[in-house]
Amino acid sequence: MTVNEALFNYCLRLGDNSLILSHRLSEWTGKAPILEEDLAITNIALDKLGQARFLLQYAAQLEGKGKTEDDLAYKRSEREFYNSLLVEQPNGDFSFTMARQLLNDVFDFFLYEELTKSTNEPLASLAAKSLKEIKYHLRHCSEWIIRLGDGTEESHSRIQNSLNELWAYTGELFEMNEIDSVLIKENSVPDVSKLKPKWNNMLCEIFEKATLKKPEDGFMHTGSRKGIHSEYLGFILAEMQYLPRAYPSATW
Amino acid sequence: MSKEKQWPLWEVFIQSKTGLPYKHAGSVHAPDAEMALQNARDTYTRRGEGNSIWVVPSDAIIASNPADAESFYEPSNDKIYRHPTFYVMPEGAKHI
Repeated sequence: MTVNEALFNYCLRLGDNSLILSHRLSEWTGKAPILEEDLAITNIALDKLGQARFLLQYAAQLEGKGKTEDDLAYKRSEREFYNSLLVEQPNGDFSFTMARQLLNDVFDFFLYEELTKSTNEPLASLAAKSLKEIKYHLRHCSEWIIRLGDGTEESHSRIQNSLNELWAYTGELFEMNEIDSVLIKENSVPDVSKLKPKWNNMLCEIFEKATLKKPEDGFMHTGSRKGIHSEYLGFILAEMQYLPRAYPSATW
Repeated sequence: MSKEKQWPLWEVFIQSKTGLPYKHAGSVHAPDAEMALQNARDTYTRRGEGNSIWVVPSDAIIASNPADAESFYEPSNDKIYRHPTFYVMPEGAKHI
């Protein structure tokens, strides 16, 4: 695998993560618990979409086949998507969405922090820009986790159950393959296995404030690095890709 | 939602640039100060409107009563010497 191919695939992985999470969050638009939260979630969805756009643009450029970011977003099928299983999980109740966001954002925070030091210039500058957004997303969802955990008996049990259920999708975040080894040698991307202690510590601090228990490591789902997904991704793509596939010449 | 279940109301003030005064932008509902700040950020500064925000519990604002307007504001209107309108402006002076 050449460096260029590895970088292309890596950008798809990050870009797909942002794109699919953006889509999931956008499903809250118009029906979040309160108006202010509706705007907050939509803001986060738009930030994620911006990140996805840049990453897929860059991926298209690396691939060199004259494609656009839209071709990559709308014309790939399920098995060609590399987002984590975590971000494609359905929204569930509000606590589930916030738990999903927290587990993802703490990981993204440390990953993008490392990526700002990348020897790859476009990736480093994207990371610097995205990190500001991620810090806010993280602040937003961690404040919610603390309030839900330390709130009523019902909010506590809901957020604890959500975390317990989603925990099985966190092992995959730290998986690496050939793409990573090629790029780590170039100092383009970090070794994510080294981020795990920091990820754990930050979560533990938040859980402590929220009076929540850190879920036990048990069975972990896996597959997305190879393009193998849960049943949900197909439905997301069906909705997201319907229009550009049915009307290929449609424009804004 | 009944009124008792509503979160407290907060007034939002935004400063668009360092040095300029804070202007009232609107209000948000939030359970506490930190969330009020976040809600204000998401509701009122999405398009670069500001670089600093104040949130104040609406309860903490003491307002004058519109019915008192006569006694509050009118005394100054009929004394023209209170208004600085008797100076000759130097030519080319701006922002006066």
